[in-house]
Amino acid sequence: MTVNPQLSADGRLKHLLTLDGLPARILDQILDTAGSFISINDRDVKKVPLLRGKAIFNVFFENSTRTRTTFEIAAKRLSADVVNLNIGASSTSKGETLLDTVANLSAMQADMFVVRHASAGAAHLIARHVAPHIHVINAGDGRCSHPTQGLLDMFTLRHYKGDFHNLTVAVVGDVLHSRVARSQIHALTTLGCPEVRVVGPKTLLPRDVESMGVHVFHKMEDGLRGVDAVLMLRLQNERMQGSRLPSAGEYYKNWGLTPDKLRHAKPDAIVMHPGPMNRGVEIDSAVADGMQSVILSQVTFGIAVRMAVMSMLAGGQP
Amino acid sequence: MNLPSPDELIETLATRIAADIQPNCALVGMHTGGVWVMEALAERLGGDLPCGTVDTAFYRDDYAQRGLHDGVKPSRIGFDVDGRCILLIDDVLNTGRSVRAAINQLFDYGRPAAVRLAVLIDRNGRELPIQPDYCAHRLDLPTPQRLRLGRDDSGQLSLVLTERSA
Repeated sequence: MTVNPQLSADGRLKHLLTLDGLPARILDQILDTAGSFISINDRDVKKVPLLRGKAIFNVFFENSTRTRTTFEIAAKRLSADVVNLNIGASSTSKGETLLDTVANLSAMQADMFVVRHASAGAAHLIARHVAPHIHVINAGDGRCSHPTQGLLDMFTLRHYKGDFHNLTVAVVGDVLHSRVARSQIHALTTLGCPEVRVVGPKTLLPRDVESMGVHVFHKMEDGLRGVDAVLMLRLQNERMQGSRLPSAGEYYKNWGLTPDKLRHAKPDAIVMHPGPMNRGVEIDSAVADGMQSVILSQVTFGIAVRMAVMSMLAGGQP
Repeated sequence: MNLPSPDELIETLATRIAADIQPNCALVGMHTGGVWVMEALAERLGGDLPCGTVDTAFYRDDYAQRGLHDGVKPSRIGFDVDGRCILLIDDVLNTGRSVRAAINQLFDYGRPAAVRLAVLIDRNGRELPIQPDYCAHRLDLPTPQRLRLGRDDSGQLSLVLTERSA
C-alpha cells in the first residue's frame, strides 16, 4: 500500500491536499465535525478557543473572494491569528521561488498554510517541504483539486438529502477544466453514492472520465433525468485556450440550466454551484435564485467545513 | 468490583436536586454519559425544565496533545442562558477538566445567574478546584482505571470500568 502524504502514521489527517485516496472514515469525520460547528451560529459568541495562539497564513497565488474569505472567517471563529497574503502582487513577481516564499513565512512562525495556486501540485510540494508541525490545506491547485469545496458540497448534499446511498447526482458542465468536479467525484464515490453522472459536451469532458466511476451523458435532458441533485460547474472562460466552444450563447442553449431543463430532475432535486456564477451562461437566474437552489447555503456551510478541517489538522502532537 | 446501579444513583440524585429546583432552572447534560443522566433526571424532576446538551470537544485543554476526538456531537442549548440557574450534569467527575471546559462553553451562550454541578459519581483524581453540588456516590479508584457510563441498545445504563490507555 502506498503511503498517503495527507495522513500521519496513526491515520490522522495531517494535510488536506486532495480527496483522492482519502478514506470514507476521514470524510465522515470532517462532515460530522462540521455539523457540530454549525450549532455555534446560534450563540452569542460565535467563536471557540481551539486554535488560540496558532497562526494561519492564507497564501493565495491566484484570485479568490469566496474561498479566501470563508477560510479567514473559519480561522477567526477558531480563535486563530490569520494573515492574508495576495502573493500574485508580492515577492514572486520579484523572482522569489514558491519554496523560498514558504520558508520565509515559516520563519514568521506559521502553523498552517492555506494555499491556492494556478499550478497543479503546488500544495503537495509545500507539504513535502514544511516542518513537521506545519499543516497545509489545498484551497485549489490548477485543474487538479479543490478538496474543501468538494467537502462543503458533500455537507450540503447530506444536509438536504440525508444520506448518499440512494442518491443520483449529476455534475454538469466544464468538467475538463474543473478542480471542483474532480473533488466532487472522488468524494461522492468514496461516500457510497451509487450513481454519479457527468453531463457536458465532449470537448469539455476529460477523455478518461469514466475511469473515475461515473456515467457520461452528452445530452442535458438524459443526464438530468431523475437526479436528486444537480451540481453545476462554472464555465472556465479564463482557462479556455483555443476554441472548444462556439459561443457563450450556444453553450447556454445546450448546457445552461434553465427551469425547463431542471424539470427532468426529481421535483425535489437541489441545485448547487461553487460560484462565481456566470448567469445566462451555465445557469439561468430563475434557477440560481429559485426554490431548488441551495447555492447560498453552500457558502454558509463552507465556513463550518473549513473550521472542521482546520481543527482536525491543528490538534495533537506532530 | 461491585459497581452501583446507575438507576438507583439517578433516583438518589433526583431526590437531592428536586428540593432546590427553581422556576429559572435549566438542565445541561455533558456528552455522552451526562446527556443520558440529564434525560433520566428530566423525566423524574417532571415539569417542563428546559434541557440542553454540550460536547466540550472545542474547549478541551488537551486538544494540543490529543487533537480533536472522533464523533464530536453538536451542542444544543435552545433556551436563553442569561439569568438562568444552570444545572450542569455529568456521569463521573474525575479531574474536573471537562467541567471547566463545559463552564467556559456555557458562558459563550450568555451569562447564567448560577451554574451548579450534579454528578452520579464523584471519584478521586481532581486536578482543578471543582466540586459537585449534588452527587449520588463517592468512589476511590486507582488512577489508571477509567469509569464511565455505558448504555446498551435497549437503553439500559450501566457503569463501565476500563484500564486507561497510555
